[in-house]
Amino acid sequence: MTETVTGALGSSGARKSLLPDTAAREKLRKRRDFKDSASRWGITAAGFGVVFALAMIFVYLFYEVMPILKGASVTPQATYTLPVTQANTQHLVLERYQEMGIQYTDNGQVTFFDADNGQIRQQFDLPIPEDATVTSFANSEYIGSVTAQGLSNGQVVISRHAFNISFPDDQRLITPRMEYPFGEAAIQIDEQGRAIKHLAIETVIRGAAGSVVTAITEDQRLLVTSLTSRSNMMTGEVTVNSNTVELARVPEAPVKMLVDKALRSLFIADAKGYIHYYDISRLENARFVASVNAGQGSAITAMDFLVGTVSLIVGTEKGELSQWFLVRDESNNNHLTRIRDFNPHGAAITALAPEYTRKGFLAVDAKGQLGIHYGTSARTLYFKQLSEQPLVGAAISQVNGRLMLLDDQQQVSVAGLWNQHPQLSFAAMWNKVWYEGRANPEYIWQSSSASDEFESKFSLVPLSIGTLKAAFYAMLFAMPLAIAGAIYTAYFMTPKLRGVVKPSIEIMEALPTVILGFLAGLWLAPFAEDHLPAIFSFLILMPVLMLVFAYFWSKLPGSFRSRVPDGWEAALLVPVILSFGAFCIFISPWIEVWFFNGSMRQWFTDVGVTYDQRNAMIVGIAMGFAVIPTIFSIAEDAVFTVPRHLTQGSLALGATRWQTVVGVVLPTASPGIFSAVMMGFGRAVGETMIVLMATGNSPVVNFNIFEGMRTLSANIAVELPETAVGSSHFRILFLAALVLLALTFIVNTAAEIIRQRLRARYSNL
Amino acid sequence: MKAWLKSGSPWIWLNGGAVAMCMIMVVGLIGLIAVRGFGHFWPANIAQIEITNEQGEQIVVMGEIVRSQTIPSAVARDAGNEVPEDIDMVTRYLVKQGNRDQTGRDFVWYLELGMGEFTYPLDAYQIERREWGNFYGQPVALLREGEIVSTPQQSGFWRDMQAALDRSLKLHQEIQRLERRQIGRINSGLEQLRLDTRRLDLRDVSGPEREAEDARIAAARAELDAQYEELRVELDALKAAQRRDTLQMVTAEGAQVDLSMAQIVRVTAPNGMSVPAKMGQYMERLWEFMSDNPREANTEGGIFPAIFGTVTMVFIMSIIVTPFGILAAIYLREYAKQGLMTRVIRISVYNLAGVPSIVYGVFGLGFFVYFLGGSLDRLFYEAALPTPTFGTPGLFWASLTLALLTLPIVIVSTEEGLARIPSTIRQGSLALGATKAETLWKVIVPLATPAMMTGLILAIARAAGEVAPLMLVGVVKLAPTLPVDGTFPFVHLERKIMHLGFHIYDVGFQSSNAEAARPLVYATALVLVMLIVVLNLTAISIRNRLRERYRNASD
Repeated sequence: MTETVTGALGSSGARKSLLPDTAAREKLRKRRDFKDSASRWGITAAGFGVVFALAMIFVYLFYEVMPILKGASVTPQATYTLPVTQANTQHLVLERYQEMGIQYTDNGQVTFFDADNGQIRQQFDLPIPEDATVTSFANSEYIGSVTAQGLSNGQVVISRHAFNISFPDDQRLITPRMEYPFGEAAIQIDEQGRAIKHLAIETVIRGAAGSVVTAITEDQRLLVTSLTSRSNMMTGEVTVNSNTVELARVPEAPVKMLVDKALRSLFIADAKGYIHYYDISRLENARFVASVNAGQGSAITAMDFLVGTVSLIVGTEKGELSQWFLVRDESNNNHLTRIRDFNPHGAAITALAPEYTRKGFLAVDAKGQLGIHYGTSARTLYFKQLSEQPLVGAAISQVNGRLMLLDDQQQVSVAGLWNQHPQLSFAAMWNKVWYEGRANPEYIWQSSSASDEFESKFSLVPLSIGTLKAAFYAMLFAMPLAIAGAIYTAYFMTPKLRGVVKPSIEIMEALPTVILGFLAGLWLAPFAEDHLPAIFSFLILMPVLMLVFAYFWSKLPGSFRSRVPDGWEAALLVPVILSFGAFCIFISPWIEVWFFNGSMRQWFTDVGVTYDQRNAMIVGIAMGFAVIPTIFSIAEDAVFTVPRHLTQGSLALGATRWQTVVGVVLPTASPGIFSAVMMGFGRAVGETMIVLMATGNSPVVNFNIFEGMRTLSANIAVELPETAVGSSHFRILFLAALVLLALTFIVNTAAEIIRQRLRARYSNL
Repeated sequence: MKAWLKSGSPWIWLNGGAVAMCMIMVVGLIGLIAVRGFGHFWPANIAQIEITNEQGEQIVVMGEIVRSQTIPSAVARDAGNEVPEDIDMVTRYLVKQGNRDQTGRDFVWYLELGMGEFTYPLDAYQIERREWGNFYGQPVALLREGEIVSTPQQSGFWRDMQAALDRSLKLHQEIQRLERRQIGRINSGLEQLRLDTRRLDLRDVSGPEREAEDARIAAARAELDAQYEELRVELDALKAAQRRDTLQMVTAEGAQVDLSMAQIVRVTAPNGMSVPAKMGQYMERLWEFMSDNPREANTEGGIFPAIFGTVTMVFIMSIIVTPFGILAAIYLREYAKQGLMTRVIRISVYNLAGVPSIVYGVFGLGFFVYFLGGSLDRLFYEAALPTPTFGTPGLFWASLTLALLTLPIVIVSTEEGLARIPSTIRQGSLALGATKAETLWKVIVPLATPAMMTGLILAIARAAGEVAPLMLVGVVKLAPTLPVDGTFPFVHLERKIMHLGFHIYDVGFQSSNAEAARPLVYATALVLVMLIVVLNLTAISIRNRLRERYRNASD
């Protein structure tokens, strides 16, 4: 090397040195410096990017869940005087596109006005007969838009507001119209022709169509009328059939009267605070059932149905608000029951406005306060004094985006409303909730249904219980096998066998869970159902058989035994296990014949144990299979790395190998084994496909090993693709994901920290 | 006995038993899948069974014996069978008798009671059809345009039939080609024109420019319509030609059935086949399974789109995850100040490997699909709205989600590799005057390459087997097109894909005919397991070799 350099220099002494000159070196150095810092910055940027991206998962999930915690917000938009002030307002409505308000007045007018400024868009006169005046008013469930005017001559005019939507020039144009489902002629309810003082109406459009009108006349008679209409195909003429019965009178002055949509129940609230419940499901047998003291001494001032007309919201003069519905007892009798109370207003409730599609409502009171409450979750989302004057009326739009308040000075104020997730609260998700139509408060997960009036049941308890149940049975199966196996592999097994076992366990870890789930669901579940005795006898008797075999092995002559050195016990047991397994399967039907009348499955049903084909036992075995390698690898590592001098010291002092394991190895490695179990648990909690495929995914709340479950993760997989983006259901699924993330993250971090401590301790030993 | 108990040796045996159990479970599981999966393609013999039932009626059943089972007679009675009181156990056979269009039930359990001998008639045919599953029966005649051209009594019947079938299959291929390629091209052209119009509307183009554009679009549309018309005529002719031949068969019950050649995929007479012939048939079916499209709601045919989808997705994922994972690991190990913060980050990254995969799926759906995808659509694909382009689950989002999911695996593995490199090597390089970057790229990274490879392979294995997140971000049961094809831009990142793992879930659990689909699920599972086992074994062997190498280097 040196020679060539000198040679090169020697032959051309005058030529420039081959070494780079200062300028070139400077340049080179600069380039190297640049490369160095470029690589530093590039790598740092990538590193931060990755950390950021992973942190993003947390941040984003939080961001999606946050709106759940928010209450409602109300932003005032406009205030103006009612379009019609010369008559009393009976009813206020805000239509679906939130553009138009509707005012029903007791001079028989219906006025459609611009919701932004109160200008009249259109006005209709109801066909009130010349000689009569309007004495009472009733509206059906809001979504039906049916209203009735009770008249001074005992007649009723029934009408319905509706809209035509058209798009001339791509602009939405809403044209209101009035319809008369029972014709324009007033219907005689009271044959005696007395003025109707109180009125209720409900109409069923789906199923057996019909309407019920109930009326209280000025002489306190309570009349219930069933109406059916038939329109003539040829002439379009409507003929109305009515059938009226008179019921027991209400003792006190009635305040409000309501009929439910099933046309079965009639509720009348009175000024003494009582609600009187009548059963009108068969008109000929209509009867008074019971009275309940809802006001507890204070008068009821407002009462209305929540959507679905199952729940009653009752407001009193003291400002108390409570929810009531009929609860059926064992002997099939309905009792009007107080379900829950809402935050009291402190002033007489003057009006209620239920939401159109959810179980929420607005309540306004004599102090000018507005409360936005929600039934299922018992939440008060908004409560504030919005007016100096007492408020007397309220309306909310069908899409819950705008509301309208009316005070006693005929002033209307319109406000924007944000109230997206009222049905979620900590209590609604984790406590027992009394849902409509249920006999008791319960934990239920039922996120959707075909019906519009469905009360979403978002209790996370069944899902959490299901998750824990699956993880519990998986750990029950996996822990003994994995830990015992790990101890044996790390401490007793010959290296040669270990070289086979460890990669096999790694393969086991890598097996896709979809395959485990599919085998569990399609092979193991039916197999287990057909061979229940085999499964049980195998699980219970196998350890016993191993011990028996071991004992006989120890009795064999030493010369024979020495052919198989220590550390091969596992290999010796393989044929034992296999043949016993085969024996169990063979004997299984005979056991069923001998002990269980031919079918163990049937026997379970006979003794009252529910048995699902895809149950927790199957999940336990399949998910145990998925968890074993996780626990095994970490525990094996912990046991294997116990410093040799410790075990050798113990053996040198005369301890047997097993004593050394129990006295020295396990205490030293126990934190490692503990962290292995935690990691395994973390995996079992989040596992999706196995649970999805090997259980029936029914959200039950129990720990029965023969029933299925629905876990948080499987629930996400099933429901998330089908939810509406941004809905409460969507967000609660994100919450479930966040819970899973946080849970596994905490468990894994704890395990990792324990492991690192352990490693530090080993290096000190 | 007491001494033996005291020695603790029973415990050692129990522990050994646990290992033995685990091993049996692993081997047994893979063995089960292998046997069921490989067994699916073997041409099984067609048995003919005469059964005399309790009423003394005689029925004839023809089909493949799927499996048999010995059950207590109480179970059989519960299932609605009449079993005499003195019998404790009965054996029952599951017969795949096909002919779903004839009987409605293609898998039926039959009790051994009253069963005659199994016979295997040589002329029993198994006919795979495009619809209604298999047909089992005996041939009556081959018809052409309604005229009998050949009957089984004539010597050349099998040859004639195969010739007719070959012709029909060729026609079918031609039809498929026209439908998929040509008509697909025309459709995408038309869609493009629609988008052009929409784009003009959005940009509010008017006046002469608009007129020119409209004229161009109208001309192009007319051109495409004309092409379509031409193709339709051609297709109709092909379809008519395909309907020329008919195979007349008779079922075991004696019903005569006319099968148009157009709906037949394959005819075999397994009872007469020699073992080599069956082997040939086996390979043919195996190949068809790997290379064909699924039929009949995925319960028949092949899984090629699923394999292709899985591979494409994993490939794109690797392209994303490798650089980021490796750079992040290098940062954590070589550049970051080793302090509490780095330790926290490291533990967090490690832990993300243990976070349930469904959580990544939720994140992918919310953030990638709805948020990023929705924004992309608004920015670049406005014309196509409200039909989302990227704002819906698809290949790219699936790959990206899986990249995020496997990122910790690559980081952990690379870091491990970097940590294993003896610091003497690093210091040597620095002592020779190399900069940090030079040491890194020329010394450290080449040495750590096998570790990175291990990480990548493990990541691929994990990604290939993951299903839960994919259900949310882009995998569907049946994708009409492959994500890679001949139309620009060749790789269609927004398309939905099929996936082996999801295929297993879908066919096994969502299909209406579970019994018919089961063998296919086993075969699919086998393909997936083999893929993953091979990948993992590769990773394990690379890692072991790596360990050996550094054991030498650090000495």
